[in-house]
Amino acid sequence: MEKLKYERPIIKKLNTGFSNKFGSQLKNEVVTHLEGVGVKELIRQYGSPLFVISEKQIRRNYQHAVRVFKTRYPKIQFAWSYKTNYLNAVCKIFHQEGSWAEVVSGFEYEKALGNGVPGNKIIFNGPDKTDEQLVKAARNNSLIHIDHFDELYSLIKLSEEFQLKPRVAIRVNMDTGIYPKWDRFGFNYENGQAWNAITRIINCENLNLVGLHCHIGTFMLETGAYAIAAVKLCDLLRNIKEKHNKTIQYLDMGGGFPSSNTLKGSYLPGVDTVPTIDQFADAITGAILDFGFRQDELPLLILETGRALIDDAGFLLGTVLANKRLSDGRRSTILDFGVNTLFTSFWYDFKISPAQDGGQYTEETVLYGPLCMNIDIISENITLPLLQKGDHLVVHRVGAYNMTQWMQFITLRPNVVLLDQEGHSHLIRKAETLDYIESAEQIPAYLKKDTPS
Amino acid sequence: MKTETTNTSTRRKLVIAVTGLNAIDSPGPGVAVLRAIRECPDFDVRIIGLSYEPLEPGIYMHDLVDKAYQIPYPPAGTENLLHRLKYIHEQEKIDLIIPNFDAELFSFIKLSDDLNNMGIHTFLPDLGQFEARHKTMLFKFGKKHKFLIPEDRLIHQISDLTKAADELDYPLVIKGKYYDAIIVNSKDDAQKAFLQLQAKWGLPIIAQQFIKGTEINIAILGDGKGNAISIIPMRKLFITDKGKAWAGITIEESSFIDLAHQFITATKWRGGCELEVMQTNDGKAYIMEVNPRFPAWIYLTAAAGQNQPATLVKMALGEKVEPFKDYVAGKMFIRYSWDMIVEVGEFQKISGMGEL
Amino acid sequence: MRFKRNIATSEAGFIFNPASGDSFSSNPIGSEILTQLKEDKSRQEIIEVIASRYDVEKNQFERDLEDFMSQLRDYNLLDEN
Repeated sequence: MEKLKYERPIIKKLNTGFSNKFGSQLKNEVVTHLEGVGVKELIRQYGSPLFVISEKQIRRNYQHAVRVFKTRYPKIQFAWSYKTNYLNAVCKIFHQEGSWAEVVSGFEYEKALGNGVPGNKIIFNGPDKTDEQLVKAARNNSLIHIDHFDELYSLIKLSEEFQLKPRVAIRVNMDTGIYPKWDRFGFNYENGQAWNAITRIINCENLNLVGLHCHIGTFMLETGAYAIAAVKLCDLLRNIKEKHNKTIQYLDMGGGFPSSNTLKGSYLPGVDTVPTIDQFADAITGAILDFGFRQDELPLLILETGRALIDDAGFLLGTVLANKRLSDGRRSTILDFGVNTLFTSFWYDFKISPAQDGGQYTEETVLYGPLCMNIDIISENITLPLLQKGDHLVVHRVGAYNMTQWMQFITLRPNVVLLDQEGHSHLIRKAETLDYIESAEQIPAYLKKDTPS
Repeated sequence: MKTETTNTSTRRKLVIAVTGLNAIDSPGPGVAVLRAIRECPDFDVRIIGLSYEPLEPGIYMHDLVDKAYQIPYPPAGTENLLHRLKYIHEQEKIDLIIPNFDAELFSFIKLSDDLNNMGIHTFLPDLGQFEARHKTMLFKFGKKHKFLIPEDRLIHQISDLTKAADELDYPLVIKGKYYDAIIVNSKDDAQKAFLQLQAKWGLPIIAQQFIKGTEINIAILGDGKGNAISIIPMRKLFITDKGKAWAGITIEESSFIDLAHQFITATKWRGGCELEVMQTNDGKAYIMEVNPRFPAWIYLTAAAGQNQPATLVKMALGEKVEPFKDYVAGKMFIRYSWDMIVEVGEFQKISGMGEL
Repeated sequence: MRFKRNIATSEAGFIFNPASGDSFSSNPIGSEILTQLKEDKSRQEIIEVIASRYDVEKNQFERDLEDFMSQLRDYNLLDEN
């Protein structure tokens, strides 16, 4: 006799209060395949946990964003935000598509050069640039975005000393009506600091002011804030033209567009509330086009969009290590990835799908990582089918800020694979090994003696 | 008003789904809405109740609600809601959905095209109209359209309260992003209210100037083209400790009717809404809040001669409707509660299976 | 330790505890186990029956049964003797 399909026995209290939040009517989407490639098969081949990046999705996102902006504004350039995901394979896809590089450290700058990006297509942002890095960037004709007066004066000195004529922009911070105000980066618009910096640069023969830059925040949900920022930059641009008769070539509106992840603490899910890239494009290009420039005066518009182009192209596959009942009766599940691997779990409530059919019954569960730390929580409360040890899960929208901010804590960082456009998988970052981690370590001679037995 | 469907033999058969069946001490409008619809002689309705909680009284009112289904809470997202509504539609062939909760309206507005494609009508404001009247935007909205709105500040951190209090003065009304308002007279109370509301509804918190006066509520039905089809002002006669009307009475006062017309002209509001107005002693009418759906006392509009829910049904189905002209001033409502007796099996069924 | 006598179970998987007024629901296999508990079957007997009917390893089911019983205890559905 054929045996019946087994499912863990469960009993649930029927609530009379407000905790039956999602009910049993939730659509329980099982994700057995990513672009036709089996999750089980990927884990069998590359181990668990495993990051998977979809090349198709990256290209789709990029081409869509470019199309959206180009249909609204004549001169558009995207620059790939390295910090979001600087795995070389990922960067190269963006560069193939025509994206410049936007870097915020000497380390990232070198990575961009290594990826074959010409120096004049690298935007060098951030508050930390050494003298050597500034000189190198100037010699490479990169776009140096100045963050503070100390940097400005360093650059003036270096350009005299080494007879350089760097192309520069300043980062401008401003009140766009949103909270928090990012006034720690760049020069303030409202109090005249930005104008002082501009005047100082224009009065310096060696520096060539070519652009204005802002980056008003991260995971921005308010498209109107970009319109306000764009108007303020346009205003500076016009004043520079009128008072100094100098034409500024570009406005760089930075990044900050959200992905459709759900921020912790928000009432409605991100997929429903996050503005589309079209709405951001309307706000930004609308503000610039309405400012009153002549067609031939319109500056190049640069965008440093990161998260919105890569987050949904990344998946994390993982495995259930154990199920446990907590002392208060709640169910908990321990997974083989934690906050060390999935750094963005500190601010998102992820969409997490089972990778195998688990029947129609669901249970509310706390998802823990495998670390020996109390903060290692992936989800405080999620409704999932009844999971068993060895079952697999798929975490969605993890392409941004995980493969750069992950931590090597008590374990090793996992493999990362790229699914190419034909659905073939390629290892693009090998799982770390003990040797790799220890390769940078040195032991003083006096500690090298064998421990006494 | 002339319609072609007044003949009783051709009463139109309609399946109408309604949310907000929580007719409890701080009631949702659903039961009042469907009661008004049921009384309209033009249709023969089957009422589908859509509930979030198994204890919403409307689920068990079998003479008013023919069948009830649980639906997922808004945080589950529109995809889950649509999935559930598709299932319900397969069973019931719904003609029209009337959502009645502020917190769910975003989702239903977002889904209105999908619903329309499935053959389910709605009659809702668009997202722009919906967002513009949100508590956090109301002052800006008032400025733009020259309405009197109490001044407010959005508070993102507790230390900002002091500044707001300096500028607006105590007493202040501290409001949650979605619901709840607490009147405070001191810094200590303000901070307590801030923490309480932040824990419940997140940030920002709204600190609003307190306006003293007589509270008037106006139920309005807009056609989406700038015309008010029905306007009924009501004065609260007595208020419960939750700030809800215990009893109220329709009043006739042209300044409120004018205000409602101005509001509809400015917003081109589509569907039902309620203006909460505070009339000060010197006769100024402040708009305190705009609720983007019918109020819980909406049955009074039917009793006063302008059945707003039934009219909304007609408009949603594409019928041309002329604006109402008259209503009866001096119609009162007094709210009462009633202990229904329910078998535990019914509770188990809606709670465990999501249907009753 | 056994399932309280006065607890009502229905075919649809609903459980009602008249002593507390609480209602519960369970999945079909859960209901099946409750029926066996009512018949005073031992834990070992239940394991044998379930393992012969369902596609599950005995020791897997033993763990799941332990968890299920702990929930029954938490919900105050068992007699403690």
